[in-house]
Amino acid sequence: MKRSTKQRLTHVPLYLVLLGVAAFLYFRTDWAAIGANFFAPEGMGRPWAGEWGTWPDLITIGAFNTIKYTVIAFGGGLALAVVLALMRLSPLRLYRWMGTSVVEFFRSLPVIVVVLTLAFGVPIAFNWQWPGGSIQAGLVALILVGGAYMAETLRAGIQAVPKGQTEAARSLGMSSGRTMITVVLPQAFRIVIPPLTNEFVLLLKDTSLLFVAGMMIDQRELATMANAMTVQGATAGTSTSFTQAAMLYLVITLPLTQLVSWMERRQQRAR
Amino acid sequence: MKTDDTTVAAIEIRDLHKSFGKNEVLKGIDFHVDQGEVVCVIGPSGSGKSTLLRCVNRLEEPDSGQVVVEGIDITDPETDLDQVRTRIGIVFQQFNLFPHMTVLKNLVVSQRKVLKRSKAQAVEVARKNLAKVGLEGKEDAYPAHLSGGQQQRVAIARALSMDPDMMLFDEPTSALDPELVGDVLEVMRKLADEGMTMMVVTHEMGFAREVGDKLVFMDDGVIVEEGDPAEMLANPQHERTQAFLSKVL
Repeated sequence: MKRSTKQRLTHVPLYLVLLGVAAFLYFRTDWAAIGANFFAPEGMGRPWAGEWGTWPDLITIGAFNTIKYTVIAFGGGLALAVVLALMRLSPLRLYRWMGTSVVEFFRSLPVIVVVLTLAFGVPIAFNWQWPGGSIQAGLVALILVGGAYMAETLRAGIQAVPKGQTEAARSLGMSSGRTMITVVLPQAFRIVIPPLTNEFVLLLKDTSLLFVAGMMIDQRELATMANAMTVQGATAGTSTSFTQAAMLYLVITLPLTQLVSWMERRQQRAR
Repeated sequence: MKTDDTTVAAIEIRDLHKSFGKNEVLKGIDFHVDQGEVVCVIGPSGSGKSTLLRCVNRLEEPDSGQVVVEGIDITDPETDLDQVRTRIGIVFQQFNLFPHMTVLKNLVVSQRKVLKRSKAQAVEVARKNLAKVGLEGKEDAYPAHLSGGQQQRVAIARALSMDPDMMLFDEPTSALDPELVGDVLEVMRKLADEGMTMMVVTHEMGFAREVGDKLVFMDDGVIVEEGDPAEMLANPQHERTQAFLSKVL
């Protein structure tokens, strides 16, 4: 027997097992129930007949708000992270200590606890209302938690930039601040783009925790909206809205990760 | 601040001490470089020659002693270090080009940010210096796409673009493949011919002999011997110099 034939024969049982599992799942599954519960036409619509179901609302309100909240939380978190990372690398012990405290504190608490504390604890403690409503409290919470995580990533990135870069910049007469802005940070950001994408995706999903702060109907993001739509509206009584939300989350996240790997490839050429 | 007074030494170092932890690297160095002079510093690795060079613009903080550059004491905390540093060009063993910038940007950025030159002027100076090191046409390349020798020549052009009064070279050819050393030395020789004040820490004895005005031999944190390069290489006086030269020549 030829070697390749023999190899193919040993693969046969493997394929049979796979086929068996697939067949079992196929016959075991209640396809009608799945169709009615997760793919109800009232939600999914019939695009070929010009019916768009609940997609327009989910996209223009839910997905739009999810992206908006993520961008705010990521942008704010990144700015905070730069400050915290520089504090942790400061020659002044007090700054290092403060930076470390903030980072450790917000990394150690569950996001939902931070959201609740800011949304309900802070107004009681200071007898003060969030001017932008409790959704603002939730966003500040995401900024704090995201910033704490990203600060650690960024600090590692800054430390990964070779010391010779700083020396060269200082020798050219740049001040330490100018060196950081012009030479070190741009290289540090390039190094940490992959872990920062990770942080972006985590924040994107954490926006679904904002609901505990309470929000107006037009402030709802994807998950909260989908949750509400299981009990009211065209798809009430089914889980169709969750299927739709899941699909939208994928549509948002997958291109992003593709974009980042494209950026990484492009950057490799410049190295 | 620039002085044309040739009676002031470019670099004047007095009784310089520097330790890393318990390891005393510089044990009381007296050293000077006159304006327009090319001084080569040789010695075994660990002798303190690179540390001495790095003390000249305070990349290393001296423990005690004085470093006076063109009459300005740079160990004085009142001295504007960034200002003095613009007048001292440094070329490193590992080039240290900024990898996220094109060659042109590498040459332009500190002219713009530190000297506040206009963009047009900075680009003009950059192009002039790129031509000087024989790399015209490489403006848009990234450092990673250049050979080691080309990178080092860009680094020289970058330092020259600040119009420094003196150039310090810290083993500029030690990280290069042997066939690329010549181009870099050629550029350095040209600079010396133009009258640039230079301090060169090197292992290139040929360069030291032909281009250097003075040769300094360091060992174990002290200057053992200094003098005319050709004379010293041919006829070293001190026993440690003889031992070192017999190994490298």
